[in-house]
Amino acid sequence: MKDYTQPEFHVDIDYSKCHKCGRCVGQCGWGVYKFNERPIPDDSKCRACHRCVTFCPAHCITIKKSELAYRENANWEPQTRKNIWRQAATGGVLLTSMGASRPQQSIFDHLVLDACQVTNPSIDPLREPMELRTYLGNAEKGPAIKIETPLTFAPMSYGAVSLNVHKSMAMAASRLGILMNTGEGGLHADLYPYQDNVIVQVASGRFGVDPEYLNRGAAIEIKVGQGAKPGIGGHLPGEKINQEVSVTRMIPQGTDAISPAPHHDIYSIEDLRQLIYSLKEASGYKPVGVKIACVNNVGAIASGVVRAGADYVYLDGFRGGTGAAPAVIRDNVGIPLEIAIAVVDQRLRDEGIRQQASIIAAGSIRSSADLAKAIALGADSCAIGSAALIALGCHLCQGCHTGCCSWGLTTQKPELTRRLDPEEGAQRLVNLVNAWSHELQEILGALGVNAIESLRGSRERLRAVDLDEQTCKILGVKPAGM
Amino acid sequence: MSEVITGYYQTQPSIAFSGEGAEKTAIVQCKSIYYKQVNETVRAAIEEGAHRIVLQGINGQRYIGDGIVAKDVTIIVEGVAGQDLAMFMGGATVEVLANAQDGVGNTMDSGEVYIHGHAGDVIGYGMRGGAVYIRDDVGYRVGIHMKEFKSHKPLIVAGGCARDFFGEYMAGGELILLGLDSQGQRSDQPLVGNYIGTGMHGGVIYLRGEIQPFQCGKEVGIFAAEEKDLASIKKHLEKYVELFATDFGSDPAELLEELLSSKWTKLSPTSSRPYGNLYAPL
Ligand code: SF4
Ligand code: SF4
Repeated sequence: MKDYTQPEFHVDIDYSKCHKCGRCVGQCGWGVYKFNERPIPDDSKCRACHRCVTFCPAHCITIKKSELAYRENANWEPQTRKNIWRQAATGGVLLTSMGASRPQQSIFDHLVLDACQVTNPSIDPLREPMELRTYLGNAEKGPAIKIETPLTFAPMSYGAVSLNVHKSMAMAASRLGILMNTGEGGLHADLYPYQDNVIVQVASGRFGVDPEYLNRGAAIEIKVGQGAKPGIGGHLPGEKINQEVSVTRMIPQGTDAISPAPHHDIYSIEDLRQLIYSLKEASGYKPVGVKIACVNNVGAIASGVVRAGADYVYLDGFRGGTGAAPAVIRDNVGIPLEIAIAVVDQRLRDEGIRQQASIIAAGSIRSSADLAKAIALGADSCAIGSAALIALGCHLCQGCHTGCCSWGLTTQKPELTRRLDPEEGAQRLVNLVNAWSHELQEILGALGVNAIESLRGSRERLRAVDLDEQTCKILGVKPAGM
Repeated sequence: MSEVITGYYQTQPSIAFSGEGAEKTAIVQCKSIYYKQVNETVRAAIEEGAHRIVLQGINGQRYIGDGIVAKDVTIIVEGVAGQDLAMFMGGATVEVLANAQDGVGNTMDSGEVYIHGHAGDVIGYGMRGGAVYIRDDVGYRVGIHMKEFKSHKPLIVAGGCARDFFGEYMAGGELILLGLDSQGQRSDQPLVGNYIGTGMHGGVIYLRGEIQPFQCGKEVGIFAAEEKDLASIKKHLEKYVELFATDFGSDPAELLEELLSSKWTKLSPTSSRPYGNLYAPL
């Protein structure tokens, strides 16, 4: 059937500067270019990932937004119309990737941090020691997991991302004294040397889960939900299940890896407790965390999770990334992370169980500012997925579900995955986390405290700008000026 | 057998060893002992070189055999096994001389489990290998998302009837349902509930008897089992009668003959990628 949609981008090549070297042809994972004496682009395939732009030696490529005019209609935006044409032609569920992209207000952007002036001195982190070390787990039973800075890498499965991405994260985590997280796709043998810095995940599909896997991780995480797709399962398409992925997931090559929406052995908090303790029994009582998506009654849910015996609750907000999710779910289901952190922290305090478990917050932590604000709202630590991928080259083209990532990150095609050198990738991640850690120390110094512990749950050090009264109340944050 | 259980105590159970080498046996008194100590003792007994571990006085303790990786070890459970028996287990054999609760063989890796009675819901969820033989009925959600990989090929044989969601999301392995009652005769209960094999994309289900298409998920192909199919499951049926025929007071050979001469239905997925065409990528 004829596709009524028109290309979103225009690949503009300045042929007067072009070397005719053909590098762009090879660089593009989506096969935009043909070469006939000079590169000829097919605009309809371009995703604006800027791989070609980055590697073009002549700097002669510009990716432009298509200038095609649509009759203005604020209600029927061009994207809405295009989606309808696509679905009318295919009958399919619209599939996309990365985090929600609609222009919903970011609460982080409406929160500002305090600083010392006159009445109490600020601290210079360049001269004074500044403690970022964080312990996760049940404080009553003694800290379970130590991380050198309150940041971990978010779960991204091998299969959704390449092995080189996993290696980069594992090496970086071990150098930084933090943790990476396998996601639900098993643990590749190449990561065994870094296993003390790895959280192994157990999701509804139970891919790659065997006794050895449970024993290798520093901690085990039960994945109940994901911010990008709360309440639904996942389908890793058969095209991404190559030989290596198949070995790690322990499923045949080429079949879809289907994660059912629920764990069929968890239908209640009691069942969750049963799974937490079965994992503890099987692993010699390792810490077990539970990852949930932020949804309406997240406070009550998190309370149940903690009472079920989880050592940490991982809150994934509605902007959290994904390797593939139906757009309708990604863009319309779930609540903001900021709200969830505040209500969960408050609920656990009110119930007197806050010390029994840590809170890891994730779902679009974009900067050290977001990290500091999340901690001030009540999180113990944050996790980064999208930011880690961006550090590795991702340009947020939202094409991960196609398996053609030009940057070699969310693909299993060997000609693409080899573009990421794990050594260099690890260094980029180490640099990013070190930079954020330094910034976090600057923030702490400005606040006049010398340990991240002092900022934790300290909402008094936040103020809201342009947030309504009700939201401020839920966040437990005063408006600026008060 | 109507002794009152007053609670589960967090104390170490008493353990007695006998025999040497491959005969080394440990007898553990588990009455009123909390599961954690029971399981610690099982692990300790394996460390000590026991090949046969008899757990006496079991009454619903959870996680027996959970995560145990051992070869040539048989755990005999005297009493009703609690939730998640043999979960994540690798290699051992567990024999329960009574019923078992939910979650038998959950995400099990390898090894064998024999239940001389009924078993509850979610048997063999996400199971990757090994075999679970249950003499009688099973509950809901049995064999969900069983999967296979190379030599790892899980098997569940349930002697009685099953409820809804049998083999849902099944991705590999074999599920066999015999429809016997607790006397070893053809049961007069419905063989199996609804939503059989919904989302199935691998593996095979054999049912002794017939079902209606409406009972199955749309991803399932329904066939009358042929001779070669029966030949392929014969060894599993032999094992079943070897384990349980005497419980019924039946002659193993006769029971096997009866099973093999019945009408069987075979269910297999119509695609290994049931959702391949569901999406329109953006
Ligand atoms: S998809 Fe990426 S590499 Fe391909 S033409 Fe567009 S910007 Fe360049
Ligand atoms: S990981 Fe690759 S495909 Fe996914 S958004 Fe980033 S650049 Fe695009």
